[in-house]
Amino acid sequence: MPSFSNGRSQEVAMLVPAMLCLVLIIVVPFALSVGFSFTDQRLMPRPIPTRFIGVTNYERMFADRLFWQAIGNTVLFTVLVVPFQLAISLTVAMALNAAIPFRGLFRTVAILPLLLPITVVVAIWAVLYRIPTGPLNAVYQLFAGSENYIDFIGGSDTAMVALVVLSAWATFPYQMLIYLAGLQDVPGDLYEAAELDGATAWQRFRFVTWPSLRNVNIFLLIITTIQALKLFTQVSVMTRGGPNGSTTTIIYYLFQQGFTSQKIGYASAISVFFFVAVTTIAVLQRVFLKNEGEA
Amino acid sequence: MNLFPRGTLMPFLFACVVAFGVLLPLMMMVTISLNPDEQDILVSMGTLKSFIPEVISFQNYIDVWTDPARPFFRYMMNTAIVTLATLAISITINSMAAFVVAQGSLPGKKGVLLFIVATIAVPAESLVLPQLILAGKLGLVDTYVVQILPGIANALSIFLFFQFFSRIPKDLFEAAELDGFSFFQKYRHIALPLSRPVISAVAILQFLEMWNAYLWPVMVTRGPEVRPLTVAMGAFFGTNQRIPWGDVMAFAVSMAVPVILFFLLMQRQFIASVMSSGVKG
Repeated sequence: MPSFSNGRSQEVAMLVPAMLCLVLIIVVPFALSVGFSFTDQRLMPRPIPTRFIGVTNYERMFADRLFWQAIGNTVLFTVLVVPFQLAISLTVAMALNAAIPFRGLFRTVAILPLLLPITVVVAIWAVLYRIPTGPLNAVYQLFAGSENYIDFIGGSDTAMVALVVLSAWATFPYQMLIYLAGLQDVPGDLYEAAELDGATAWQRFRFVTWPSLRNVNIFLLIITTIQALKLFTQVSVMTRGGPNGSTTTIIYYLFQQGFTSQKIGYASAISVFFFVAVTTIAVLQRVFLKNEGEA
Repeated sequence: MNLFPRGTLMPFLFACVVAFGVLLPLMMMVTISLNPDEQDILVSMGTLKSFIPEVISFQNYIDVWTDPARPFFRYMMNTAIVTLATLAISITINSMAAFVVAQGSLPGKKGVLLFIVATIAVPAESLVLPQLILAGKLGLVDTYVVQILPGIANALSIFLFFQFFSRIPKDLFEAAELDGFSFFQKYRHIALPLSRPVISAVAILQFLEMWNAYLWPVMVTRGPEVRPLTVAMGAFFGTNQRIPWGDVMAFAVSMAVPVILFFLLMQRQFIASVMSSGVKG
Protein backbone atom coordinates (compact mmCIF):
# COMPACT_ATOMS: atom_id res chain seq x y z
CA MET A 1 0.00 0.00 0.00
CA PRO A 2 1.56 3.33 -1.01
CA SER A 3 0.13 5.25 1.95
CA PHE A 4 1.71 2.74 4.32
CA SER A 5 5.21 3.08 2.94
CA ASN A 6 4.63 6.81 2.71
CA GLY A 7 3.84 6.83 6.46
CA ARG A 8 7.04 4.93 7.23
CA SER A 9 9.20 7.31 5.24
CA GLN A 10 7.56 10.26 6.98
CA GLU A 11 8.39 8.67 10.32
CA VAL A 12 12.01 8.22 9.32
CA ALA A 13 12.21 11.80 8.07
CA MET A 14 10.80 13.08 11.37
CA LEU A 15 13.12 10.96 13.49
CA VAL A 16 16.39 11.51 11.67
CA PRO A 17 17.17 15.21 12.40
CA ALA A 18 17.08 14.79 16.18
CA MET A 19 18.98 11.50 16.09
CA LEU A 20 21.62 12.99 13.82
CA CYS A 21 22.09 15.86 16.28
CA LEU A 22 22.43 13.48 19.23
CA VAL A 23 25.00 11.43 17.35
CA LEU A 24 27.04 14.37 16.02
CA ILE A 25 26.91 16.53 19.15
CA ILE A 26 26.94 13.94 21.92
CA VAL A 27 27.98 10.46 20.75
CA VAL A 28 30.85 11.44 18.41
CA PRO A 29 32.39 13.95 20.87
CA PHE A 30 32.01 11.40 23.64
CA ALA A 31 33.87 8.79 21.59
CA LEU A 32 36.50 11.39 20.64
CA SER A 33 36.92 12.30 24.28
CA VAL A 34 37.63 8.70 25.22
CA GLY A 35 39.97 8.40 22.23
CA PHE A 36 41.87 11.63 22.98
CA SER A 37 42.40 10.56 26.56
CA PHE A 38 44.85 7.92 25.32
CA THR A 39 46.83 10.40 23.18
CA ASP A 40 48.89 13.56 23.56
CA GLN A 41 46.39 15.56 21.44
CA ARG A 42 46.77 19.37 21.62
CA LEU A 43 44.16 22.02 20.90
CA MET A 44 46.17 23.75 18.15
CA PRO A 45 47.75 21.64 15.39
CA ARG A 46 51.46 20.98 15.88
CA PRO A 47 54.21 19.91 13.48
CA ILE A 48 54.67 16.68 15.48
CA PRO A 49 51.77 14.26 14.90
CA THR A 50 49.56 13.24 17.81
CA ARG A 51 50.72 9.98 19.36
CA PHE A 52 48.96 7.15 21.16
CA ILE A 53 50.39 7.14 24.69
CA GLY A 54 48.32 4.45 26.41
CA VAL A 55 47.11 5.19 29.92
CA THR A 56 49.80 7.81 30.60
CA ASN A 57 47.20 10.59 30.95
CA TYR A 58 45.28 8.57 33.52
CA GLU A 59 48.47 7.75 35.46
CA ARG A 60 49.42 11.42 35.46
CA MET A 61 45.90 12.40 36.51
CA PHE A 62 45.81 10.09 39.52
CA ALA A 63 49.25 11.38 40.58
CA ASP A 64 48.29 15.03 40.01
CA ARG A 65 47.96 16.89 43.30
CA LEU A 66 45.95 19.69 41.63
CA PHE A 67 43.50 17.17 40.20
CA TRP A 68 42.82 15.76 43.67
CA GLN A 69 42.50 19.25 45.05
CA ALA A 70 39.88 19.98 42.37
CA ILE A 71 38.01 16.80 43.30
CA GLY A 72 38.13 17.75 46.98
CA ASN A 73 36.87 21.27 46.25
CA THR A 74 34.04 19.99 44.07
CA VAL A 75 32.96 17.47 46.70
CA LEU A 76 33.16 20.14 49.42
CA PHE A 77 31.01 22.52 47.38
CA THR A 78 28.46 19.80 46.65
CA VAL A 79 28.25 18.58 50.23
CA LEU A 80 27.73 22.14 51.46
CA VAL A 81 25.39 23.51 48.81
CA VAL A 82 22.99 20.58 48.33
CA PRO A 83 21.59 20.35 51.89
CA PHE A 84 21.77 24.13 52.37
CA GLN A 85 19.92 24.92 49.16
CA LEU A 86 17.33 22.17 49.54
CA ALA A 87 16.61 23.20 53.14
CA ILE A 88 16.09 26.82 52.07
CA SER A 89 13.95 25.79 49.11
CA LEU A 90 11.72 23.54 51.22
CA THR A 91 11.32 26.08 54.02
CA VAL A 92 10.44 28.86 51.59
CA ALA A 93 8.06 26.54 49.73
CA MET A 94 6.26 25.67 52.97
CA ALA A 95 5.93 29.33 53.93
CA LEU A 96 4.62 30.23 50.48
CA ASN A 97 2.24 27.26 50.49
CA ALA A 98 0.54 28.50 53.69
CA ALA A 99 -2.49 30.77 53.40
CA ILE A 100 -0.50 33.95 54.11
CA PRO A 101 -1.54 37.43 52.94
CA PHE A 102 0.06 38.63 49.66
CA ARG A 103 1.06 35.05 48.85
CA GLY A 104 1.14 35.66 45.09
CA LEU A 105 3.38 38.68 45.52
CA PHE A 106 5.77 36.78 47.78
CA ARG A 107 5.98 33.98 45.23
CA THR A 108 6.78 36.43 42.44
CA VAL A 109 9.55 38.02 44.49
CA ALA A 110 11.02 34.67 45.52
CA ILE A 111 11.36 33.58 41.87
CA LEU A 112 13.33 36.67 40.78
CA PRO A 113 16.87 35.33 41.40
CA LEU A 114 16.20 32.45 38.99
CA LEU A 115 15.65 34.98 36.20
CA LEU A 116 19.04 36.61 36.61
CA PRO A 117 21.85 35.01 34.62
CA ILE A 118 24.58 33.74 36.90
CA THR A 119 27.07 36.37 35.73
CA VAL A 120 24.70 39.11 36.97
CA VAL A 121 24.34 37.29 40.29
CA VAL A 122 28.12 37.17 40.56
CA ALA A 123 28.33 40.94 39.95
CA ILE A 124 25.79 41.61 42.72
CA TRP A 125 27.54 39.35 45.22
CA ALA A 126 30.96 40.72 44.31
CA VAL A 127 29.68 44.02 45.71
CA LEU A 128 28.02 42.42 48.75
CA TYR A 129 31.28 40.59 49.60
CA ARG A 130 33.50 43.59 48.92
CA ILE A 131 36.38 44.53 51.22
CA PRO A 132 36.83 46.48 53.34
CA THR A 133 33.45 48.22 53.22
CA GLY A 134 30.94 46.03 51.36
CA PRO A 135 27.44 45.61 52.81
CA LEU A 136 28.17 42.24 54.40
CA ASN A 137 31.33 43.56 56.02
CA ALA A 138 29.37 46.59 57.24
CA VAL A 139 26.96 44.20 58.96
CA TYR A 140 29.88 42.20 60.36
CA GLN A 141 31.58 45.32 61.71
CA LEU A 142 28.32 46.47 63.25
CA PHE A 143 27.99 43.23 65.23
CA ALA A 144 31.70 42.64 65.89
CA GLY A 145 32.11 46.25 66.94
CA SER A 146 35.53 46.44 65.31
CA GLU A 147 37.18 47.83 62.22
CA ASN A 148 38.22 44.33 61.07
CA TYR A 149 36.74 42.88 57.95
CA ILE A 150 36.36 39.43 56.40
CA ASP A 151 37.85 38.87 52.97
CA PHE A 152 35.05 36.56 51.84
CA ILE A 153 36.31 35.98 48.30
CA GLY A 154 40.03 36.47 48.94
CA GLY A 155 40.40 34.10 51.90
CA SER A 156 41.10 30.41 51.24
CA ASP A 157 38.83 29.42 54.13
CA THR A 158 35.87 31.54 53.14
CA ALA A 159 35.92 31.61 49.32
CA MET A 160 34.12 28.29 48.90
CA VAL A 161 31.47 29.19 51.46
CA ALA A 162 30.99 32.50 49.68
CA LEU A 163 30.34 30.58 46.44
CA VAL A 164 27.91 28.25 48.24
CA VAL A 165 25.79 31.14 49.55
CA LEU A 166 25.83 32.93 46.20
CA SER A 167 24.88 29.77 44.30
CA ALA A 168 22.06 28.88 46.68
CA TRP A 169 20.67 32.42 46.38
CA ALA A 170 20.87 32.24 42.59
CA THR A 171 19.04 28.97 42.01
CA PHE A 172 16.93 28.08 45.08
CA PRO A 173 13.68 29.24 43.36
CA TYR A 174 13.81 26.28 40.98
CA GLN A 175 13.85 23.72 43.79
CA MET A 176 11.33 25.83 45.68
CA LEU A 177 8.83 25.61 42.80
CA ILE A 178 9.28 21.84 42.55
CA TYR A 179 8.72 21.55 46.32
CA LEU A 180 5.66 23.78 46.03
CA ALA A 181 4.25 21.40 43.42
CA GLY A 182 5.03 18.48 45.75
CA LEU A 183 3.39 20.17 48.74
CA GLN A 184 0.24 20.79 46.74
CA ASP A 185 0.03 17.08 46.00
CA VAL A 186 -0.02 16.13 49.70
CA PRO A 187 -3.62 14.98 50.39
CA GLY A 188 -5.35 17.58 52.59
CA ASP A 189 -7.26 14.98 54.60
CA LEU A 190 -3.94 13.66 55.94
CA TYR A 191 -3.42 17.02 57.63
CA GLU A 192 -7.00 17.05 58.93
CA ALA A 193 -6.55 13.58 60.38
CA ALA A 194 -3.26 14.61 61.98
CA GLU A 195 -4.91 17.67 63.44
CA LEU A 196 -7.75 15.60 64.92
CA ASP A 197 -5.10 13.44 66.55
CA GLY A 198 -3.64 16.59 68.10
CA ALA A 199 -0.38 16.53 66.13
CA THR A 200 1.94 19.50 66.64
CA ALA A 201 3.23 21.50 63.69
CA TRP A 202 6.53 19.60 63.89
CA GLN A 203 4.73 16.25 64.00
CA ARG A 204 2.61 17.21 61.00
CA PHE A 205 5.81 18.00 59.11
CA ARG A 206 7.66 14.92 60.31
CA PHE A 207 4.89 12.36 59.75
CA VAL A 208 2.78 13.83 56.95
CA THR A 209 4.70 16.36 54.84
CA TRP A 210 8.17 14.79 54.82
CA PRO A 211 7.10 11.23 53.85
CA SER A 212 4.81 12.61 51.13
CA LEU A 213 7.72 14.49 49.56
CA ARG A 214 9.84 11.38 49.18
CA ASN A 215 9.81 11.25 45.37
CA VAL A 216 10.29 14.99 45.08
CA ASN A 217 13.25 14.78 47.46
CA ILE A 218 14.93 12.03 45.46
CA PHE A 219 14.44 13.93 42.20
CA LEU A 220 15.77 17.19 43.66
CA LEU A 221 18.66 15.51 45.45
CA ILE A 222 19.86 14.01 42.17
CA ILE A 223 19.49 17.08 39.98
CA THR A 224 20.89 19.47 42.62
CA THR A 225 23.90 17.21 43.17
CA ILE A 226 24.64 16.97 39.45
CA GLN A 227 24.22 20.72 39.10
CA ALA A 228 26.68 21.28 41.96
CA LEU A 229 29.27 18.90 40.52
CA LYS A 230 29.32 21.00 37.34
CA LEU A 231 30.18 24.27 39.13
CA PHE A 232 32.09 26.50 36.73
CA THR A 233 30.76 29.97 35.92
CA GLN A 234 30.86 31.43 39.43
CA VAL A 235 34.43 30.19 39.83
CA SER A 236 35.51 31.40 36.42
CA VAL A 237 34.13 34.93 36.87
CA MET A 238 34.52 35.54 40.59
CA THR A 239 37.49 33.64 42.04
CA ARG A 240 39.39 32.25 39.01
CA GLY A 241 39.91 29.08 41.03
CA GLY A 242 41.72 30.91 43.81
CA PRO A 243 42.88 31.82 46.32
CA ASN A 244 45.59 29.13 46.25
CA GLY A 245 43.39 26.83 44.21
CA SER A 246 40.83 26.61 47.00
CA THR A 247 37.89 27.06 44.60
CA THR A 248 39.25 25.21 41.56
CA THR A 249 36.50 22.72 40.67
CA ILE A 250 36.78 19.76 38.31
CA ILE A 251 35.18 21.60 35.40
CA TYR A 252 37.33 24.68 36.03
CA TYR A 253 40.46 22.49 36.11
CA LEU A 254 39.30 20.76 32.92
CA PHE A 255 38.88 24.19 31.31
CA GLN A 256 42.33 25.33 32.47
CA GLN A 257 44.07 22.18 31.27
CA GLY A 258 42.19 21.70 28.00
CA PHE A 259 41.46 25.26 26.88
CA THR A 260 43.95 27.59 28.56
CA SER A 261 46.91 25.16 28.51
CA GLN A 262 45.59 23.38 25.37
CA LYS A 263 46.36 19.90 26.72
CA ILE A 264 43.39 18.13 25.15
CA GLY A 265 44.69 14.62 25.81
CA TYR A 266 45.14 15.19 29.51
CA ALA A 267 41.90 17.17 29.87
CA SER A 268 40.02 14.38 28.05
CA ALA A 269 41.13 11.94 30.73
CA ILE A 270 39.67 14.34 33.30
CA SER A 271 36.40 14.61 31.37
CA VAL A 272 36.10 10.82 31.10
CA PHE A 273 36.64 10.62 34.85
CA PHE A 274 34.03 13.34 35.38
CA PHE A 275 31.48 11.52 33.24
CA VAL A 276 32.01 8.24 35.08
CA ALA A 277 31.83 9.97 38.47
CA VAL A 278 28.62 11.89 37.72
CA THR A 279 26.89 8.84 36.28
CA THR A 280 27.96 6.66 39.21
CA ILE A 281 26.76 9.18 41.79
CA ALA A 282 23.40 9.60 40.05
CA VAL A 283 22.86 5.86 39.78
CA LEU A 284 23.99 5.24 43.38
CA GLN A 285 21.66 7.90 44.75
CA ARG A 286 18.76 6.39 42.84
CA VAL A 287 19.47 2.77 43.76
CA PHE A 288 20.26 3.53 47.39
CA LEU A 289 17.17 5.69 47.93
CA LYS A 290 14.83 3.36 46.07
CA ASN A 291 15.94 0.37 48.13
CA GLU A 292 15.39 2.21 51.36
CA GLY A 293 11.85 3.06 50.25
CA GLU A 294 11.05 -0.54 49.39
CA ALA A 295 12.49 -1.98 52.59
CA MET B 1 -11.61 39.52 59.16
CA ASN B 2 -8.51 38.11 60.72
CA LEU B 3 -5.54 38.87 58.46
CA PHE B 4 -3.62 35.88 59.77
CA PRO B 5 -5.58 32.62 59.90
CA ARG B 6 -4.28 30.25 62.55
CA GLY B 7 -0.67 29.18 61.98
CA THR B 8 0.13 31.67 59.24
CA LEU B 9 1.91 34.38 61.22
CA MET B 10 5.25 32.55 61.29
CA PRO B 11 5.16 31.65 57.57
CA PHE B 12 4.27 35.27 56.83
CA LEU B 13 7.20 36.62 58.84
CA PHE B 14 9.53 34.12 57.19
CA ALA B 15 8.23 35.12 53.75
CA CYS B 16 9.05 38.73 54.63
CA VAL B 17 12.62 37.73 55.52
CA VAL B 18 12.96 35.89 52.21
CA ALA B 19 11.53 38.83 50.28
CA PHE B 20 14.09 41.14 51.91
CA GLY B 21 16.87 38.67 51.19
CA VAL B 22 15.92 38.71 47.52
CA LEU B 23 15.01 42.35 47.12
CA LEU B 24 17.85 44.06 49.01
CA PRO B 25 20.57 42.83 46.62
CA LEU B 26 18.36 43.78 43.67
CA MET B 27 17.74 47.25 45.14
CA MET B 28 21.48 47.62 45.55
CA MET B 29 22.02 46.66 41.91
CA VAL B 30 19.54 49.32 40.76
CA THR B 31 20.77 51.99 43.19
CA ILE B 32 24.40 51.65 42.16
CA SER B 33 23.40 51.71 38.50
CA LEU B 34 21.74 55.10 39.02
CA ASN B 35 24.79 56.69 40.64
CA PRO B 36 27.06 58.34 38.05
CA ASP B 37 29.90 58.99 40.51
CA GLU B 38 32.20 55.93 40.78
CA GLN B 39 34.07 57.47 43.71
CA ASP B 40 30.82 58.01 45.58
CA ILE B 41 29.71 54.44 44.83
CA LEU B 42 32.86 53.11 46.49
CA VAL B 43 32.61 55.43 49.48
CA SER B 44 28.95 54.71 50.15
CA MET B 45 29.18 50.93 49.71
CA GLY B 46 27.97 49.26 52.86
CA THR B 47 25.84 52.21 53.90
CA LEU B 48 22.13 52.69 53.25
CA LYS B 49 23.10 54.93 50.34
CA SER B 50 23.93 51.86 48.27
CA PHE B 51 20.40 50.53 48.72
CA ILE B 52 18.26 53.65 48.39
CA PRO B 53 19.10 55.98 45.51
CA GLU B 54 20.06 59.50 46.50
CA VAL B 55 20.67 60.70 42.99
CA ILE B 56 18.87 59.38 39.95
CA SER B 57 21.00 59.66 36.86
CA PHE B 58 20.90 57.58 33.71
CA GLN B 59 24.49 58.43 32.82
CA ASN B 60 25.73 54.86 33.45
CA TYR B 61 22.98 53.50 31.21
CA ILE B 62 23.86 55.92 28.42
CA ASP B 63 27.52 54.94 28.86
CA VAL B 64 26.98 51.18 28.61
CA TRP B 65 24.46 51.46 25.78
CA THR B 66 26.82 53.55 23.66
CA ASP B 67 30.20 52.04 24.54
CA PRO B 68 31.70 50.98 21.18
CA ALA B 69 34.14 48.59 22.87
CA ARG B 70 31.29 46.74 24.56
CA PRO B 71 28.27 47.09 22.24
CA PHE B 72 25.36 46.26 24.53
CA PHE B 73 22.66 46.01 21.89
CA ARG B 74 24.84 43.87 19.66
CA TYR B 75 25.33 41.43 22.56
CA MET B 76 21.62 41.53 23.24
CA MET B 77 20.80 40.75 19.63
CA ASN B 78 23.33 37.88 19.69
CA THR B 79 21.72 36.43 22.79
CA ALA B 80 18.24 36.80 21.29
CA ILE B 81 19.23 35.18 17.99
CA VAL B 82 21.03 32.25 19.58
CA THR B 83 18.33 31.64 22.19
CA LEU B 84 15.33 31.94 19.87
CA ALA B 85 16.94 29.82 17.14
CA THR B 86 17.88 27.15 19.66
CA LEU B 87 14.38 27.04 21.14
CA ALA B 88 12.65 26.96 17.74
CA ILE B 89 14.85 24.26 16.21
CA SER B 90 15.10 22.21 19.38
CA ILE B 91 11.36 22.13 19.98
CA THR B 92 10.61 21.30 16.34
CA ILE B 93 13.03 18.45 15.77
CA ASN B 94 12.80 16.98 19.27
CA SER B 95 9.00 16.93 19.38
CA MET B 96 8.90 15.33 15.92
CA ALA B 97 11.32 12.61 16.97
CA ALA B 98 9.39 12.06 20.20
CA PHE B 99 6.15 11.65 18.27
CA VAL B 100 7.71 8.95 16.09
CA VAL B 101 8.97 7.07 19.15
CA ALA B 102 5.63 7.45 20.98
CA GLN B 103 3.10 6.86 18.21
CA GLY B 104 5.01 5.59 15.19
CA SER B 105 5.24 2.10 13.74
CA LEU B 106 8.97 1.87 13.02
CA PRO B 107 10.74 -1.28 14.16
CA GLY B 108 13.46 -0.69 16.73
CA LYS B 109 11.61 2.12 18.54
CA LYS B 110 12.51 0.57 21.91
CA GLY B 111 16.18 0.76 21.02
CA VAL B 112 15.85 4.39 19.98
CA LEU B 113 14.15 5.21 23.28
CA LEU B 114 16.93 3.50 25.23
CA PHE B 115 19.51 5.45 23.27
CA ILE B 116 17.71 8.73 24.08
CA VAL B 117 17.49 7.93 27.79
CA ALA B 118 21.19 6.98 27.84
CA THR B 119 22.25 10.28 26.27
CA ILE B 120 20.30 12.28 28.91
CA ALA B 121 22.93 11.13 31.39
CA VAL B 122 25.93 12.57 29.53
CA PRO B 123 26.91 15.89 31.14
CA ALA B 124 27.46 18.50 28.42
CA GLU B 125 30.48 19.84 30.31
CA SER B 126 32.40 16.61 29.68
CA LEU B 127 32.05 17.08 25.90
CA VAL B 128 33.14 20.67 25.36
CA LEU B 129 36.75 19.94 24.37
CA PRO B 130 36.09 17.44 21.53
CA GLN B 131 33.16 19.64 20.48
CA LEU B 132 35.56 22.58 20.28
CA ILE B 133 37.98 20.59 18.12
CA LEU B 134 35.13 19.51 15.81
CA ALA B 135 33.91 23.10 15.59
CA GLY B 136 37.43 24.20 14.66
CA LYS B 137 37.70 21.50 11.96
CA LEU B 138 34.33 22.55 10.50
CA GLY B 139 35.28 26.25 10.58
CA LEU B 140 32.39 27.05 12.92
CA VAL B 141 34.29 28.87 15.68
CA ASP B 142 32.94 32.38 16.30
CA THR B 143 29.56 31.82 14.64
CA TYR B 144 25.94 31.69 15.76
CA VAL B 145 25.63 28.11 14.50
CA VAL B 146 28.24 26.76 16.91
CA GLN B 147 26.35 28.30 19.83
CA ILE B 148 23.02 26.90 18.64
CA LEU B 149 24.10 23.31 17.93
CA PRO B 150 24.73 21.95 21.46
CA GLY B 151 21.32 23.15 22.64
CA ILE B 152 19.33 21.40 19.93
CA ALA B 153 20.80 17.99 20.74
CA ASN B 154 18.54 17.70 23.74
CA ALA B 155 17.62 14.18 24.82
CA LEU B 156 15.75 15.42 27.89
CA SER B 157 13.44 17.48 25.72
CA ILE B 158 12.75 14.44 23.47
CA PHE B 159 11.97 12.44 26.59
CA LEU B 160 9.55 15.03 28.03
CA PHE B 161 7.69 15.18 24.70
CA PHE B 162 7.71 11.38 24.47
CA GLN B 163 6.08 11.04 27.90
CA PHE B 164 3.33 13.43 26.88
CA PHE B 165 2.71 12.00 23.40
CA SER B 166 2.50 8.42 24.61
CA ARG B 167 -0.35 9.39 26.97
CA ILE B 168 -2.56 10.84 24.19
CA PRO B 169 -5.50 8.43 23.69
CA LYS B 170 -5.12 6.28 20.55
CA ASP B 171 -8.71 6.86 19.38
CA LEU B 172 -7.90 10.52 18.69
CA PHE B 173 -5.40 9.39 16.09
CA GLU B 174 -7.62 6.62 14.74
CA ALA B 175 -10.38 9.12 14.03
CA ALA B 176 -7.85 11.32 12.23
CA GLU B 177 -6.66 8.39 10.15
CA LEU B 178 -10.23 7.85 8.93
CA ASP B 179 -10.17 11.50 7.82
CA GLY B 180 -7.08 10.69 5.76
CA PHE B 181 -4.47 12.35 8.00
CA SER B 182 -0.89 11.36 7.27
CA PHE B 183 1.51 10.59 10.11
CA PHE B 184 2.99 14.07 9.92
CA GLN B 185 -0.46 15.66 9.87
CA LYS B 186 -1.42 13.73 13.02
CA TYR B 187 1.68 15.20 14.68
CA ARG B 188 1.15 18.68 13.32
CA HIS B 189 -2.61 19.04 13.76
CA ILE B 190 -3.42 16.82 16.76
CA ALA B 191 -0.39 16.13 18.93
CA LEU B 192 1.34 19.50 18.70
CA PRO B 193 -1.70 21.68 19.53
CA LEU B 194 -2.36 19.47 22.58
CA SER B 195 1.20 19.76 23.82
CA ARG B 196 1.35 23.45 24.70
CA PRO B 197 2.11 22.74 28.38
CA VAL B 198 5.10 20.56 27.42
CA ILE B 199 6.29 23.06 24.86
CA SER B 200 6.33 25.84 27.41
CA ALA B 201 7.98 23.63 30.05
CA VAL B 202 10.71 22.57 27.60
CA ALA B 203 11.10 26.15 26.35
CA ILE B 204 11.50 27.55 29.86
CA LEU B 205 13.99 24.91 30.98
CA GLN B 206 16.03 25.43 27.84
CA PHE B 207 15.76 29.21 28.09
CA LEU B 208 17.16 29.13 31.64
CA GLU B 209 19.98 26.91 30.43
CA MET B 210 20.85 29.23 27.52
CA TRP B 211 20.52 32.33 29.68
CA ASN B 212 23.14 30.87 32.03
CA ALA B 213 25.39 29.35 29.36
CA TYR B 214 28.95 30.46 29.92
CA LEU B 215 31.55 27.69 29.46
CA TRP B 216 30.70 26.96 25.82
CA PRO B 217 30.24 30.57 24.59
CA VAL B 218 33.48 31.60 26.32
CA MET B 219 35.31 28.89 24.41
CA VAL B 220 33.77 29.40 20.95
CA THR B 221 33.34 33.18 20.69
CA ARG B 222 36.15 35.68 20.28
CA GLY B 223 34.68 39.11 19.65
CA PRO B 224 31.46 41.12 20.03
CA GLU B 225 30.09 39.98 16.65
CA VAL B 226 28.51 36.81 18.03
CA ARG B 227 29.20 36.95 21.79
CA PRO B 228 26.20 36.69 24.12
CA LEU B 229 25.37 39.09 26.97
CA THR B 230 26.43 36.73 29.75
CA VAL B 231 29.99 36.48 28.44
CA ALA B 232 30.18 40.26 27.97
CA MET B 233 29.03 40.63 31.58
CA GLY B 234 31.70 38.21 32.80
CA ALA B 235 34.35 40.16 30.87
CA PHE B 236 33.94 43.13 33.25
CA PHE B 237 35.77 40.96 35.78
CA GLY B 238 38.43 39.63 33.45
CA THR B 239 40.93 42.47 33.70
CA ASN B 240 43.00 43.74 36.56
CA GLN B 241 41.65 47.22 36.10
CA ARG B 242 39.40 48.75 38.69
CA ILE B 243 35.85 47.53 38.10
CA PRO B 244 33.46 50.34 37.07
CA TRP B 245 30.61 49.33 39.38
CA GLY B 246 28.13 51.89 38.06
CA ASP B 247 28.57 50.57 34.52
CA VAL B 248 28.52 46.94 35.64
CA MET B 249 25.22 47.41 37.43
CA ALA B 250 23.67 49.41 34.58
CA PHE B 251 24.69 46.59 32.25
CA ALA B 252 23.24 44.02 34.67
CA VAL B 253 19.93 45.86 35.02
CA SER B 254 19.70 46.36 31.26
CA MET B 255 20.04 42.66 30.59
CA ALA B 256 17.83 41.50 33.47
CA VAL B 257 14.85 43.81 32.95
CA PRO B 258 13.52 42.41 29.65
CA VAL B 259 13.53 38.89 31.05
CA ILE B 260 11.89 39.96 34.32
CA LEU B 261 9.18 41.89 32.45
CA PHE B 262 8.50 38.91 30.21
CA PHE B 263 8.27 36.71 33.29
CA LEU B 264 5.81 39.05 35.01
CA LEU B 265 3.57 38.84 31.94
CA MET B 266 3.79 35.06 31.70
CA GLN B 267 4.06 34.31 35.39
CA ARG B 268 1.29 31.73 35.66
CA GLN B 269 2.59 29.65 32.75
CA PHE B 270 6.14 29.99 34.03
CA ILE B 271 5.31 28.69 37.50
CA ALA B 272 3.12 25.89 36.15
CA SER B 273 5.81 24.85 33.67
CA VAL B 274 8.66 24.71 36.16
CA MET B 275 6.44 22.83 38.61
CA SER B 276 5.52 20.26 35.98
CA SER B 277 9.18 19.72 35.06
CA GLY B 278 9.78 18.00 38.36
CA VAL B 279 6.93 15.53 38.65
CA LYS B 280 8.99 12.56 37.61
CA GLY B 281 10.45 11.49 40.93
